[in-house]
Amino acid sequence: MKKKALVVSAAGAVLALGLSACGGGGTSTPAATEGGGSTSAPSAGAAGFNAGLENVTNPSDAKGGTLKMAVTEDWDSIDPGDTYYGMSWNLLRIYGRPLVTYNPAPGAKGRELVPDLAESLGVSSDEGKTWTYKLRAGLKYEDGSPITSKDVKYAVLRQLDKETFVNGPTYFNDWLDLPKDFKSVYKTPDVNTDSAIETPDDQTIVFHLNKPYSGFDNFAALPATVPVPQAKDTGIKYRDHVMASGPYMFETVEQGSRYVLVRNPNWDPATDPIRKALPDKYEISLGVEANDLDNRIIAGDLHVDIAGTGVQPAALGSIQADPALRERADNPVSARTWYISILNDNPPLDNVECRKAVIYAADRVGLQNAYGGQLAGDIATSLMPSGIGGWKKLDLYPTGSGDEAKAKEALTACGQPNGFETTMTFRSDRPKEQAAAESMQQALAKVGIKLTLKGFPTSEYFTAYAGKPAYTKANGIGLATNGWGADWNDGFGFLSQIVDSRTIREAGNYNLSVKDPAIDALVDKAFGTSETAARDAVWGEIDQKVMEGAYVLPAVYAKGLLLRGKGVTNQFVTGAFDMYDYLALGVQQ
Amino acid sequence: MVTYIIRRLIGALAMLFVVSAVTFSIFFVVPRLAGVTPDDMANRYVGRAATAANVQATAQKLGLYDPVVVQYGRWVKGVFVGSEYDYGAGVEHCPAPCLGYSFVTKQPVWPDLVDRLPVTLSLAAGASVIWLVIGVSVGVLSALKRRSIFDRGAMIIALAGVSLPPFFTGLVALSLLSYGLGITAPGGAYVPLSENPAQWAYSLILPWLTLAFLNAAAYARLTRAGMLDTMGEDYIRTARAKGLKESKVIGKHGLRAALTPIVTIFGLDVGILVGGAILTENAFSLQGLGKYATTAIAANDLPKIMGFTMLAAFFIVVANLIVDLLYAVVDPRVRLS
Amino acid sequence: MTFLQLNDLKIHFPTDDGLVRSVDGLSFQLERGKTLGIVGESGSGKSVTSLGILGLHKGGRAKISGEIWLDGEELVSASPEHVRSLRGKKMAMIFQDPLSAMHPYYTVGDQIIEAYRIHNNVSKKVAKKHAIDMLGRVGIPQPDRRVDSYPHEFSGGMRQRAMIAMALSCDPELLIADEPTTALDVTVQAQILDLMRDLQRDFNAALIIITHDLGVVAELSDDILVMYGGKCIEYGSADDIFERPEHPYTWGLLGSMPRLDREVTERLLPIKGSPPSLINVPSGCAFHPRCAFEPRTGGKGSTLVPDLVETEGGHLVRCHLSREERRDIWATEIKPKLES
Repeated sequence: MKKKALVVSAAGAVLALGLSACGGGGTSTPAATEGGGSTSAPSAGAAGFNAGLENVTNPSDAKGGTLKMAVTEDWDSIDPGDTYYGMSWNLLRIYGRPLVTYNPAPGAKGRELVPDLAESLGVSSDEGKTWTYKLRAGLKYEDGSPITSKDVKYAVLRQLDKETFVNGPTYFNDWLDLPKDFKSVYKTPDVNTDSAIETPDDQTIVFHLNKPYSGFDNFAALPATVPVPQAKDTGIKYRDHVMASGPYMFETVEQGSRYVLVRNPNWDPATDPIRKALPDKYEISLGVEANDLDNRIIAGDLHVDIAGTGVQPAALGSIQADPALRERADNPVSARTWYISILNDNPPLDNVECRKAVIYAADRVGLQNAYGGQLAGDIATSLMPSGIGGWKKLDLYPTGSGDEAKAKEALTACGQPNGFETTMTFRSDRPKEQAAAESMQQALAKVGIKLTLKGFPTSEYFTAYAGKPAYTKANGIGLATNGWGADWNDGFGFLSQIVDSRTIREAGNYNLSVKDPAIDALVDKAFGTSETAARDAVWGEIDQKVMEGAYVLPAVYAKGLLLRGKGVTNQFVTGAFDMYDYLALGVQQ
Repeated sequence: MVTYIIRRLIGALAMLFVVSAVTFSIFFVVPRLAGVTPDDMANRYVGRAATAANVQATAQKLGLYDPVVVQYGRWVKGVFVGSEYDYGAGVEHCPAPCLGYSFVTKQPVWPDLVDRLPVTLSLAAGASVIWLVIGVSVGVLSALKRRSIFDRGAMIIALAGVSLPPFFTGLVALSLLSYGLGITAPGGAYVPLSENPAQWAYSLILPWLTLAFLNAAAYARLTRAGMLDTMGEDYIRTARAKGLKESKVIGKHGLRAALTPIVTIFGLDVGILVGGAILTENAFSLQGLGKYATTAIAANDLPKIMGFTMLAAFFIVVANLIVDLLYAVVDPRVRLS
Repeated sequence: MTFLQLNDLKIHFPTDDGLVRSVDGLSFQLERGKTLGIVGESGSGKSVTSLGILGLHKGGRAKISGEIWLDGEELVSASPEHVRSLRGKKMAMIFQDPLSAMHPYYTVGDQIIEAYRIHNNVSKKVAKKHAIDMLGRVGIPQPDRRVDSYPHEFSGGMRQRAMIAMALSCDPELLIADEPTTALDVTVQAQILDLMRDLQRDFNAALIIITHDLGVVAELSDDILVMYGGKCIEYGSADDIFERPEHPYTWGLLGSMPRLDREVTERLLPIKGSPPSLINVPSGCAFHPRCAFEPRTGGKGSTLVPDLVETEGGHLVRCHLSREERRDIWATEIKPKLES
């Protein structure tokens, strides 16, 4: 699964502008440093292009003002138990505090986990199956009532009800050791759930997993651990009034059009070492026209595009043409890969050599151009993007304009020397995917592989067509455009939902083609490996196996072009979300 | 006249019923014929992490397994008596007129539409007044000063106005006037009339002008053509022969006749506009019905699309009705037939 | 002083194709209580003349020269505003086809009231009473009820009566009726003509009847003016025109008069060809291409424009044939055919 990015803009504009930005490297940061407050010391005066990638730009501790944010569409929900958008996970931390969260710091330091509601990171026992957190003292909701560990437990349990809260991830459903007779907090309110979560006192919460997981702090950082008082829970309607545990609370909630947040008088800075809480007010506009949004940020009327996936092509042009604007731009690598799934259900693509022939024959430069050229991202050599721990540059296939000789060799090896015919799907409302499909059609025709292209609307793409095995098998689909962004920036957060064959269901799949018992076994191995570097290495190995099996043809590691707002202080790109960090922002007075 | 009105009213109601049935068929019958299963439909409304059991539970909850006729009956019933929806922690009553319940935002559709109606009404009302005044005056002047520089200039601008879509003119106007010169409100600004009338007008003046530009252009051309026709009529000559002042000849005799077709088109245009000024609302990020519709379509939120379509159809049918009645008032010849 | 006098009136319209000489040097006189019939085919300039007298070409593209004297005032050089103030009051007009000449959206009463109130500062109520009176006088039954009817609710003859009521509402001294009966069927035509004759007597107005049909003016007119190609080609008393016509075109018109004892379609002396173009007027006599007697002019017909010459006591003719030739042709060739 992935945190969903607003692809409207993601598909748009990305730009390298010459510099090779923060680059890859599998430097996975060691798990968090003890205690909070690890905000990196601002390197004063950092400015210019890409200044926000590794530095805090325009640092300031001045309070006050209104921070104006906007987004082109709505996201799924502001209820922390019902959201799966990266921007939402980033933003909700201004009104909700999970047990653990990401360090508000630029670049890779932003991926470090730091305790938030909890006093420290999780303490594991029982070989990684039991995780214990202690809450800080003096925590209160916006109404002054105390926050207890029972509220965290309730928050985690309520969002397990996926019939009510359909949007969020299912990590807790899959990993908690839940009693068999537990259905949901609403349907079976009396079932004892201590086998999954215990709260021996109001400050302590203990999670029991059904299998060991050494990276559980990543779970504790999920929005699901933001406390919800049971008395105030109104099911799906809780989104109309989310109880604030962070420094801001909702003053206005107009679903689909506008949110206004003001200071939460019961938030005590003494309990919160990581939030500066600088603005007096947040104004969030939804459904803002995409080009207008860019223009308003350029003009200074808006401060932040919440989506964080980059500007539209029109603004891209302005930024390229105007040095002053370029100074305000950052070009981070996103934890997102655009790729083409090579489905192995129908012959002859069930033969690895035929799949390899597709990869050899593909025009990798042409594909890069289809996705927006060098500006949009670097040619990908594997599924996992370069910012993820465990990534290493693979050299299994050439990345030029197609290698006909090798492709023919592979075709011969799979017994189809004269090529074959198959069908490729793409999302018809995404011009870049159409261009990619057309590039494939041309390149593969050179070696005798004849592609029939079929476009489907995004809204139906995974639920009814490419992501529905019954359909792909019956209609002889061989190739399908695809794209994926990380839930969080490690191998698990990126890969687990798209390489594990056991996640494949009847419809609505994102993993279209990776069905390999060896890879499934490696996924299990990664779950059980507690040492971070060793675990990252396993994810790297999985990435390599995916390429060796020729299950996907990677196109580009995406990059986004972000624009820093006028008069915004402490703006920087966090490695946790590859967008501006929303905890530290302030407004110049 | 009374039978005329009653006949039109019955026709309007029948039209709404047909629209609802057709819309429902498009969204619920046609996909089924195309092989989409209830589970596939439910799949749109479950999270990305849903299991097959979740999908089936959702399909069950939404009644997608029922025959389409039953589903339509339930929808119609909801419109008249309301429906109930499970929201996890309890059951919510969606009171009549319950045009549906959004699977995506978990809100009844009707209150959403009511919330957004003032924005669209404000936009439509202001813009239509502006375009009617500008369009008709330019059209009349053009017709009276035929082949003058004014006429030629106005008609060239009108041609541009008709050809330029509001999402383009809107963005250009915002860039120039709001962000460049800073004299108009930025996109997304909207202050309710009841809160501050001056701010309301200030926040809407650019959308009004953008939308009005498009229609004023069309109306100028229409009025000009109508005026040219009318001023050549015998009864205009008669009016002059009576010794009537030229201003009255134009104002009382010429405009009255030339405006009749304009009134017809104006009524329909306003009806369509109230149904959602989709492009303009999107260009200016105004949270009106048009924006609501585009968002709903993007999210494949069928109950919202259904509700919006019905409301839009309602306004268009009502506008049609008003136009028909108005026509009978304006043109005595219609009353007879 | 003559009540109405036109001196060398010219009304020309510049167009993209050239100058249209709709009226090209027209002169005549008319006294109060008298009736002048202006007869000609469509395009002969008769309607343009009537609109010119009313000043309805002013401010348009028309180029107007010459003089129009009405009751001692010259109208061509008068201000448009002054002429407007005379329109409807001092001089009024009855148009053909009252269905299109009356505004479809206003009641007949409203249109008469409007005409009355332009020139009389009275309340609507008074004006309405006057309108009902007028409708009664032109013979509309139940005028107090019909005053609120719309033009389309009237029959053709009723509409024409209403039109006449409107024109007469301000007691005009000059009344111009442009094809007042063309749109009506024959029996109604006679009623309307009777009405106009009666009313003219009552009002003692000068009346100009414009028509393409000599039959219409036969009984009504004191004098008749025959127009062709924007010019007067024959002028005289009704007796002159009907008993002693001298112009070949007039003979043609007489020959095409519908008569009660014959089929309407039967034409004794058909006029060949079609009316002349007013842009490229034929050289010489404008009628020469259609004139059966052109050969007898010795070539003058196609080269010289004939003058309008008095043949005898106020009877004017514009023809190259000599007076003797014309009288001879009429007596020996034309008259016997018409009477046969």
